[in-house]
Amino acid sequence: MSFLTDRKRATGLGSAKTGTQHHWHMTVSSVALLGLIPLFVFTFGHILGAPYAEVVAYYQRPFPAIIGILTLLVGFMHFCGGFQTMIEDYVHGFARKALIIWMICLSYSAAAVGVFAIVRIAL
Amino acid sequence: MVEFTLPKNSRMTSGKTWPKPNGAKNLRKVQIYRWNPDDGQNPRLDTYFVDMDDCGPMVLDALIKIKNEIDPTLTFRRSCREGICGSCAMNIDGINTLACIYGMDDVKGDVKIYPLPHMPVVKDLIPDLTHFYAQHASVKPWLETKTNKPAKEWKQSIEDRSKLDGLYECVMCACCSTACPSYWWNGDRFLGPAALLTANRWITDSRDEATGERLDDLEDPFKLYRCHTIMNCAKTCPKGLNPAKAIANIKKMMVDRVV
Repeated sequence: MSFLTDRKRATGLGSAKTGTQHHWHMTVSSVALLGLIPLFVFTFGHILGAPYAEVVAYYQRPFPAIIGILTLLVGFMHFCGGFQTMIEDYVHGFARKALIIWMICLSYSAAAVGVFAIVRIAL
Repeated sequence: MVEFTLPKNSRMTSGKTWPKPNGAKNLRKVQIYRWNPDDGQNPRLDTYFVDMDDCGPMVLDALIKIKNEIDPTLTFRRSCREGICGSCAMNIDGINTLACIYGMDDVKGDVKIYPLPHMPVVKDLIPDLTHFYAQHASVKPWLETKTNKPAKEWKQSIEDRSKLDGLYECVMCACCSTACPSYWWNGDRFLGPAALLTANRWITDSRDEATGERLDDLEDPFKLYRCHTIMNCAKTCPKGLNPAKAIANIKKMMVDRVV
C-alpha cells in the first residue's frame, strides 16, 4: 500500500518528451507503402509462375529489384513500428520490453534476409 | 494489461427478480447491475418491471421510479436531469450514455443497465472516477498567461472564439474515456479522450500563452499516442462531441513543430 495522491498517480513519471518522431515515421512509411505495395504487386505478380531463369533475369533488371528491396525495407520498418505499438498496448512490465527487443531483432533479420536474396539474384 | 476474462470477484451472478406491479398493462423489463461492497458477494443482475404508463420517458426516470417505489437500495448518481451535469453516465443497452437524455424507447427489448465499463465500482451503477478527474486536472484546464493581466479582459475575436465550439461543451461524464479500448488497457498512463479534448480546448484557445508547455507535457507515447483513432469516443459521446478529432489536432500540432 502507498499513500500517493490522485494527482501524483495521474502525472506518473511525467512526459517522456518523445513519440512524435515515431508517429511521423509511421505516417511517412504508410505513405511510402501506399506507392510501393501496388508497384511490388505489379512487378512481382508480373513474373509470378514464370520459369526460374526468367525470374532471375527479371530481377537482374534495376526497377523490379529496387522496388523489391524498398518494399522489404520500408515494409519491415513499418511492421516494426506498428508491432511495437501493439505490444505497448497489450503487454505490460518486463514482458513488454523483452517482446519489443525480440520483435526489433525479428524485423531487422527478416528485412536483411529478403534484401540479401534480392541482391544475390540481382548481382 | 489486456484482460480477456473478468476477475473472480467481478463475475456476474443471476440476481433477484422483483415482482411485477399489480394492474400494470404497459410493463418494461429492466435489468440492472448490482454490487454492494459491504456484503462480500459477487455482482448480480437484478430484474425489475416498470409500469411505463406511470413513468417518465427517459431511462433515468425509470431508475428513479425503481428507487422510489420498488428498491430503495439501488444506487446511482444523478443531478440535473437534462444532460448538463454528466452525473448519470452509465452503460445502457451496451452504449455509454447519460441516463437522463436516453429514452426508454431508444432501447429495443429488455433495458440492460451497467456502470461505465472497466472502472472500479463504488456501488451498483457508481464508478470510481478519481483517476479520471486527476487526469483531467493534470492537463491544467485553465487559462495560462505570461503577459501582464490586462485592465479589463483578455480579448478574443469572434473567429478565434468559434474555434472552441465542439471543445468547451464537454460535461466530463467519462462516457468517451470508458468506451476507449486504449483507456481500458492503459488507463493508468493514457490520458483518455476526455482529458485530451480538454487539453486541445486550451491549446486551441487564442488567449492561452502556454501552448508550447502544454504540448511538451502531452508529448509521450502513452499520455497522447495511445490513441489509435478507434473513434468509440466520438460514437458514444452523449453531447455529440468528437474527441478523436481533437486528439488528431494535437498530433498535427506536434508534427507541425517538428517537421
